[in-house]
Amino acid sequence: MRSPVIAATIDSKAASPPGLADNERWLWRLMLAPAVAYILLLVGFPFCLSLFYSVSNATVGSTELQFVGLENFQRVLESQTFWVALKNTVVFTLVSQILVMVLGNVLAIALTADFRGRWLVRLLILLPWVAPISLGSIGWLWIFDSIYSVINWTLRAAHLLGPHEWPIWLGTPHLAMASIIAVQVWRMLPLATVIILAGLSSIPQDIHDAAAVDGAGFWRHLFEITLPLVLPVGLVALLFGIVFTFTDLIVVFVLTRGGPYDTTQVLASWAYFTGIQGGDLAGGAAISLFLLPVLAAVAIVFLRYARRAEIA
Amino acid sequence: MTPFGAHTRRAAAAGGRTAVLVFFVTFLAFPFYWMLITTFKTNQDLYNTANNPYLLNDPPTLHHLQVLFNDTQYLQWLANTAFVGIAVVAITLVLAVPAGYALARMTGAWAQNLGIAIFLTYLVPPTILFIPFSRIIAALNLQDSLWSLVLVYPSFTVPFCTWLLMGFFKAIPRDLEEAAMIDGLSRLGAFIKVVIPISVAGMLTAIIFAFTLVTQEFVYGVTFITSSASYTVSVGIPTFLVRGDVYFWGSMMGACLIASVPVAVIYNLFVDRFVAGFTVGALK
Repeated sequence: MRSPVIAATIDSKAASPPGLADNERWLWRLMLAPAVAYILLLVGFPFCLSLFYSVSNATVGSTELQFVGLENFQRVLESQTFWVALKNTVVFTLVSQILVMVLGNVLAIALTADFRGRWLVRLLILLPWVAPISLGSIGWLWIFDSIYSVINWTLRAAHLLGPHEWPIWLGTPHLAMASIIAVQVWRMLPLATVIILAGLSSIPQDIHDAAAVDGAGFWRHLFEITLPLVLPVGLVALLFGIVFTFTDLIVVFVLTRGGPYDTTQVLASWAYFTGIQGGDLAGGAAISLFLLPVLAAVAIVFLRYARRAEIA
Repeated sequence: MTPFGAHTRRAAAAGGRTAVLVFFVTFLAFPFYWMLITTFKTNQDLYNTANNPYLLNDPPTLHHLQVLFNDTQYLQWLANTAFVGIAVVAITLVLAVPAGYALARMTGAWAQNLGIAIFLTYLVPPTILFIPFSRIIAALNLQDSLWSLVLVYPSFTVPFCTWLLMGFFKAIPRDLEEAAMIDGLSRLGAFIKVVIPISVAGMLTAIIFAFTLVTQEFVYGVTFITSSASYTVSVGIPTFLVRGDVYFWGSMMGACLIASVPVAVIYNLFVDRFVAGFTVGALK
C-alpha cells in the first residue's frame, strides 16, 4: 500500500498545469492578445470616439466638448451638399462597380489561355492596383489637363473634335464625374480581374470538357457554365470593390477636390473638407458615419458567405 | 464540323482574345507609359500642342529628374516612406505572426469567429477613423511626425496580415510540430524552432503586403502631416508638388513613375498569395 503522502504528491503532479510554454489554452491567448489589443485600441477606440464626436460640438481649436444630441446629423441632413454628395457617392460606386464587374469578367476570360508573354501582360494589367493610387491619379491629372490633354490631341487628330473645341475634362460637371468614374474603374479593375481569374482557374477541366462534348457553343458555355460557377468569387471581388469605392476619397481629392461646384463631391471627401480642413470635427464625424450602413451591409454579406464556406 | 471550320473558329478566338488584351493593356498601362515619356520630354516639346504628344520630338532630357532630385524634397519623401514602411512591417510581424498562428491552431467556433472579426476590421475605412485620429494624434503630440503614421498604419496591416498568415499556417501539417514535441520541444518551442523557419515564404508575403499598403496609404498621411519635410511619397507628390498654379509635369511624372514601378514589380511576384488571402473560403 502506498503511503498517503506519496499518493498526494503523485496526484498533485498530475493535476498541476504544464508549463506555460506547453499550455495551449494560455499560449493561444497570449499570442493573440497583443494583436487584439492593438486593434481594439487603434480601430475600436477611435471608432467609438467618432460616434461620440458626432453627437458633440468638437472642433479643431477647442478642447471643450459638449453633448449636443443629434444636432450635427440634423445639420448634415439639412445641407444641400449632403444630398449632392450622397447621390454622387452612389453613382460613383454603382457605375464604376458595374463596369468593373463586366470588364473584369471579359479580361479574366481572355487571360485564362496560356500564351507567350503572359507574365508581362499580367504585370502591366496589375500596375494600376499596385502603384499608389494617389500617384496614378496624378498621371490622370496630366492626361486630363485642360490644354495639353493627350485625349484632346488624339480626338482632334482623328477629326472627332473640331479645332476650336476644348473639352475641359475635370472642370465640367458631367465630364468630371465621368472622368473620376473612369479612373476608379482603372484602379479597381486589376483586383477584380485577378480574383475572378482565380475563380475561373478553380473550375475543374472536366466540366468544360463535358460541355464541349455536349456541343455547347461559346456563348452558351459562357452563360450557362462559366459565369454561374464564377459567381461566388465574383461576389467577393464586388464586395471589396464596393468597400474600396464607397468609402474612398483619393481619386476625387487628387483630380477634382469635389469640384466643380460639388458635382463630384463624395461623402468621404466632404467629411475631409468639413472635418479636417474646415476644423468642424463633429460635423465631419457625422458625415463619415453615413458610410456605415453600406459597410454594415457588406459585412453581413461577408459573414453569411463565410458561414456557407464553412459548411461546404 | 469540318477541320477548316474548326481552324477558322480557333483563329477567330485567338484574334478576339488578342484584341481584348490589347485594349485592356492599353487602358491600364497607358498612364505609366505617359509618365515615362513625359519625364524625358523637354518643356518646349511638352507645351507645344502642335507636336505629336506620343513621341519624343526633341532628344530625351534629364532636366526634369535633376529638378526633382535637386530642387524638391523627393529624396526625403522616399526616405520617409522607407522608414515608416520598415517600422510598420516590424510591428506588423511581431503582432500578426503569433496571432495568425494561434488562430490557425485553435479549435472551436469562437476561434473561427475571432478570425473573421479581425479580418472585418480591415474593412473599416480610414475615412471613418481619420477624424477621431486627428484629435488622438494631436493629444499625443505626434502631429507632423512620422511616428504618427508608424502608430496608426498597423491598424490596417495587422488585420490583413493576420488573416493572410493564418491561411498560411493552416497549410503546415500539425504532424511536424507533434514530431518535434515528441523529440522534447515545448509547444512554444515547436512553433519557434520548427514552424517559423519553414514559414519564411509566408512571412515574406506579409512583409511585401504590409509595405505596399504603407506606400499606398494617403488619407491618414494627408490628415496628420502638414510640413513638407515629413511627407511620404504618396502624400508629398499630390499635395506639395501640385500646390499653386505652376505644375512641373515632367518632374511630377518622373516622381510618380520612380515610386510606383519597383513596388509593382515585387508585388507582382506575390500576387497569387494575395488573391488567396482575399478569397479564402470562396474557392472550394
